[in-house]
Amino acid sequence: MIETLIVLAKIILALAWFLTLTLYLTWLERKESAVIQDRIGANRASILGLRVIGLFQPFADAIKMIFKEDFTPPFSKKILHNLAPFTSFFFVAVTIAVIPFGDKIEIGGRLINLQIIDTHVGLLLILALLSLGIYGILLSGWSSNNRYTIIGGLRGAAQMISYEIALGLSLVGLILVYPSLRLSEIVAYQGQHFWGWLPKWGIFLQPLGFLLFLFAALAETKRVPFDLPEGESEIIGFFTEYSGLKWGMFMMTDFMEVVIISCLITTLFFGGWQVPWLWADGFHFPWGTVWVLPRAVVVILQLLAFNLKVFFFCWFQILVRWTYPRFRYDQLMNFGWKLLIPLCFVNIMGTAIILSL
Amino acid sequence: MIKALEYFLEIIHGAWVTTRHFVVNMWFHTLNLLGIKTRRKGAVTIQYPEEKKEIAYRHRSLHRLLKREDGRPRCVVCMLCATTCPSECIYIEAAEDPEDDEFQKYPAKFIIDLSRCCFCGFCVEACPEDALRMDTQKIELAEYSRLDLLYDLEKLLQ
Repeated sequence: MIETLIVLAKIILALAWFLTLTLYLTWLERKESAVIQDRIGANRASILGLRVIGLFQPFADAIKMIFKEDFTPPFSKKILHNLAPFTSFFFVAVTIAVIPFGDKIEIGGRLINLQIIDTHVGLLLILALLSLGIYGILLSGWSSNNRYTIIGGLRGAAQMISYEIALGLSLVGLILVYPSLRLSEIVAYQGQHFWGWLPKWGIFLQPLGFLLFLFAALAETKRVPFDLPEGESEIIGFFTEYSGLKWGMFMMTDFMEVVIISCLITTLFFGGWQVPWLWADGFHFPWGTVWVLPRAVVVILQLLAFNLKVFFFCWFQILVRWTYPRFRYDQLMNFGWKLLIPLCFVNIMGTAIILSL
Repeated sequence: MIKALEYFLEIIHGAWVTTRHFVVNMWFHTLNLLGIKTRRKGAVTIQYPEEKKEIAYRHRSLHRLLKREDGRPRCVVCMLCATTCPSECIYIEAAEDPEDDEFQKYPAKFIIDLSRCCFCGFCVEACPEDALRMDTQKIELAEYSRLDLLYDLEKLLQ
């Protein structure tokens, strides 16, 4: 009984964290782009005259989307048309289940893992769920009874499949290095140090793998510079025929993918919740100083470290989105098939050779 | 291969430019938020309804009719403004005032239809009496009805 309650609480907390972060990414996107372009950004949304640098903007957007007309085009496949945004949303929302937020903590003699399910195929599960997101794109493109959306959906599917390969292959080198596919074990492994001072993070073990994963992951989120499936400004994308909250769910899916990719990069390449030199009982600095900390402080520091890393990569992905122009379709395919995938193979071979020495 | 390397360097350069803008602007935003005055602000935005940009001295804004010392309009109804107006938005009706020794003619009606006016300023250039000017600095002229945009003698003399 109490086990079920703990799992329920973990699910609710993780989803709340995930959705709040997603909601505020829309705000961050507006503000960050504004700061980059010497503007101020959305700051008018207010509650009782209280503006607080536009922090209420996501709620204003949500209210607007809820009260818009929920239009289903005539002669469309109604069931599939309604199902598509939920498919898209669901497969991304579920991935949060395997992300480790922190170390195991002990409350009242009970060990609680700060992770919803600690499955031994965590990494594969995330990749599989992210690939299933393609169904949302295809269904929405196909069921809208619009030729442009179906072409947009096909474009999206082609891009997702191409970059799915690079995404998977870029992690093979990492899988060779790490002892397990269990994400908690991957993070625990990254708590060790090279020569006593350099943390054994994935970025130092697999620098090329990190770059390849970053590019493939950016393509997976379907945002600029890889936003050919939707092309919100000029080319017509797969969710053209959606409006209101269903359109909002596609938008949310994009931002959730940004968060999930940040979580993945953090977990796989930047040590997850690990803080350099922070052991279970406090800091052990490489010059020999030991700074003992209570367990609670250590756990909070680790949670903060995880959040900070995730925020940084969300910020970074928004920076990328507001810096680069969109790829042309042939450039996209050339980049994926002729550069990323061969480099992935080089990375795998190199890693395997070094490991076998 | 060299080409690819150039692209790669340019990609990094692009990220550097946006990051620099972000960091510099964030620095000024933070300082301003803490109440510290800085050389420049974090953004070039002017928050329009609250703060307004100063209008240039020669900007052609809403028209006004000038008065003589005794308070009557300077206009002598020569009709030059109405003739020269390219959008034909000025309507003048003359009236006679026999008691005035100098100018017997004065405008009984002087209507500028701002819904047609293109603010070219030809009427001001044409006026021989310097009776019409466009220097009120009023630029927010939106109304809910077109009839409200018919500015008559009373409104123009203000």
